[in-house]
Amino acid sequence: MMARKVLALNGDEAAAYAVKQCKPDVIAAYPITPQTIIVERLSDFVADGELDAEFIAVESEHSAMSACIGASAMGARAYTATASQGLALMYEMLFVASSFRLPIVMSVANRALNSPLNIWNDMSDTMGARDCGWIQIYNENSQEVYDFTIQAFRIAEDHRVLLPVMVCHDGFVVSHSTEGVEVLSDGEVDSFLPPRDPVYPLDVEKPVTIGCVGVPEYYPEIKYQQEVATKKSIETIKEILREFNESFGRSYGIVEEYRTDGAEVALLTIGSISGTAKEAVDEMRAEGKPVGLLKLRLFRPFPIEALRKSLSGLKVVGVVDRHISFGSCMGGALNMEVRAALYEMKDRPHVMGFPTGLGGRDIRVEHFLKIIDELLMIAEQDALEEEYKVVGCRGPGCIGP
Amino acid sequence: MALKSLPLHEYLSSGHRLCAGCGEGVTIRQILKAFDEPPIICNATSCLEVSTTPFPYTAWRTPWIHPAFECTGAVVAGVEAAQKALIRKGRKKKWDVVLALAGDGGTHDIGLQALSGALERGHKFVYVCYTNDAYMNTGIQRSGATPKAAWTTTSPAGKVIPGKTEWQKDLMKIVVAHDIPYAATASPSYPMDLQRKMKKATQADGPAFILALAPCPRGWRTPPHLTIELGRLAVQTCMFPLYEVEKGQYRITMKPKRKLPVEYYLRPQGRFRHLFTPKTRHDIINDIQAYVDKKWQELQRMEQLTQP
Amino acid sequence: MLETWEEVTFAGYILEPGNAESYKTGDWRSRQKPVINQEKCTFCLLCWIYCPDGAIIRKEGEVEIDYYHCKGCGICAYECPSGAIRMRSEMEGE
Repeated sequence: MMARKVLALNGDEAAAYAVKQCKPDVIAAYPITPQTIIVERLSDFVADGELDAEFIAVESEHSAMSACIGASAMGARAYTATASQGLALMYEMLFVASSFRLPIVMSVANRALNSPLNIWNDMSDTMGARDCGWIQIYNENSQEVYDFTIQAFRIAEDHRVLLPVMVCHDGFVVSHSTEGVEVLSDGEVDSFLPPRDPVYPLDVEKPVTIGCVGVPEYYPEIKYQQEVATKKSIETIKEILREFNESFGRSYGIVEEYRTDGAEVALLTIGSISGTAKEAVDEMRAEGKPVGLLKLRLFRPFPIEALRKSLSGLKVVGVVDRHISFGSCMGGALNMEVRAALYEMKDRPHVMGFPTGLGGRDIRVEHFLKIIDELLMIAEQDALEEEYKVVGCRGPGCIGP
Repeated sequence: MALKSLPLHEYLSSGHRLCAGCGEGVTIRQILKAFDEPPIICNATSCLEVSTTPFPYTAWRTPWIHPAFECTGAVVAGVEAAQKALIRKGRKKKWDVVLALAGDGGTHDIGLQALSGALERGHKFVYVCYTNDAYMNTGIQRSGATPKAAWTTTSPAGKVIPGKTEWQKDLMKIVVAHDIPYAATASPSYPMDLQRKMKKATQADGPAFILALAPCPRGWRTPPHLTIELGRLAVQTCMFPLYEVEKGQYRITMKPKRKLPVEYYLRPQGRFRHLFTPKTRHDIINDIQAYVDKKWQELQRMEQLTQP
Repeated sequence: MLETWEEVTFAGYILEPGNAESYKTGDWRSRQKPVINQEKCTFCLLCWIYCPDGAIIRKEGEVEIDYYHCKGCGICAYECPSGAIRMRSEMEGE
């Protein structure tokens, strides 16, 4: 087999390169740090004739999603990218896109929400949008961004799914860090991703009405149909990940275990922070401590079964959230969902939440060692003292600095 | 062109739930007569949208999409761009006219940004704003298009303040400022004028905009049978002049033989009742007359100024 | 029986164009309905183009009221230049 090209790409560039190979018909996007490189690269590709697509330089993110909805409803392959405030601005349209079952793909360079203004990485943007019915995939590095952008189009457009997909990567940490990315050839991408076969597009020959008034006599049925499709999509997602591995030799899971054999205590992480956490796990293992890590890739639909399987037998799980859900019972959304997924299990582990690295705060191996200390203490006491503790914050009640 | 030459097709079917005597109903039926084939319609949240699509019924015999309220300009841009791409790539054979439909709420106010963006980028579509001078769908609240002194629920004619205190937003000026190929005002009370303008709009090489006055019996507090008459009075008093701007050239398409005083338009409408009872508010009526006269003169001057 | 979530259309799309036609808005009329005196009618078609509901049916050389849909707004009667349309009490025979 011929060796594949390895390009030096940061997360944003990897996304743009993958999008180019996926041959979208319409791109409607508005720039926002740290996603700007994506839109700039795509503009270059279009201007150089390397990408045959209509690039709509919309005047806001709300319009970006609206234009994608219009384009996708026509049967075109539509793509956009955003972060933070941009995602918040298009919030109402996210619900529309998923309710219309349109296979739009969107890259999100995870960035903290105002206020105060913060351009650095946390996941308050996409975690805040977890109810909108989009599939959410979180990536750890540029290679994953590249691979999952391609898989995202496949997943979205599969007739068993027909849901929009958010492909997330950490702002600056991944979006602006250059790594070696092994890219597929154009032919390989074409063989994996056929042209879109739209279902009920806007067509003068077969007129459909999209976006009616869903009266109370029908609204629940329409929404439940959507919920069933969303939950069922997990099977198709796993199938497509398997196919990607068989075709291209890169194996991914919707959850991924790291040194969990014989572990009593584990971290559960999401996104690039997993890398730092793995270092801490290695240090602990070198000292003979039974520590492991579970990296969550798929957040929506939530992989209940996979989680139960991987976390059963553990004494304590420390869930590393990347945002705070203010006033909630558990600190962050990930912690709440993990807790809820494990609740009915006999012999369920203790679950404690650690909202970490808000607003791009630098989080190091030391922070994770402190978290692991807490987890080991909980294992000893067989009890939690607190539901969650913020990590990377100076002051009482937090794990600093 | 004569009425007999208009096509028989009804792209908007009967059985919709618009009020009896609704100006939007007449306007949209007439707009759609300008097409030989169904256009692809993007409709903003509005009376028209909710009244024509209560699940499982639809009155539309065209492809139709309604995503939300303020994004019509953006949705239509996406539809148009998709069409361009699909035709270029050989996945679609012919160009269908892309038609945006929105009320004054979805155009003058919440929809203005998306409209402006779409006009600036020069997408090829026709945007028809059917204005009834307020947010009628939610129960007659004032909009930027509400005329001065009109009663609405959020600009009520109270003991201290007599209705809306601001003048109407001159949306045509905003649209024309984008230098688009074609923009025009229209009224279903003048059907052949509207048809002529729609034909020009569908043939424009870029964005085309039509502002159509759609009288609303409920919101204007008028009996349903007066809808067409009110549109006529709006034009004859010059409160709603009929004109077009074609590549920057202004042309008034209906010059009233006898320019009627604004009172002829205001008196029949319940939303202006407080100007006549308990006593006639000559101060406000004169203000309105002076304003209408000024705008009418301005329009005539623009027509002269922009002559080739 | 209304449809279950499995039976309801995909994503709430409505796939039958113009099926609103089956809905009898003619029931909305409460007091009056338009009646055409065909002898006075000049087939100018103004009533046809002014009807908000498309409830004036245009045939070969004549127009007819579609009472199944007519809401009784009275625009046609008011606008008819030859007085051929009158609003009559709903109680009168057609």
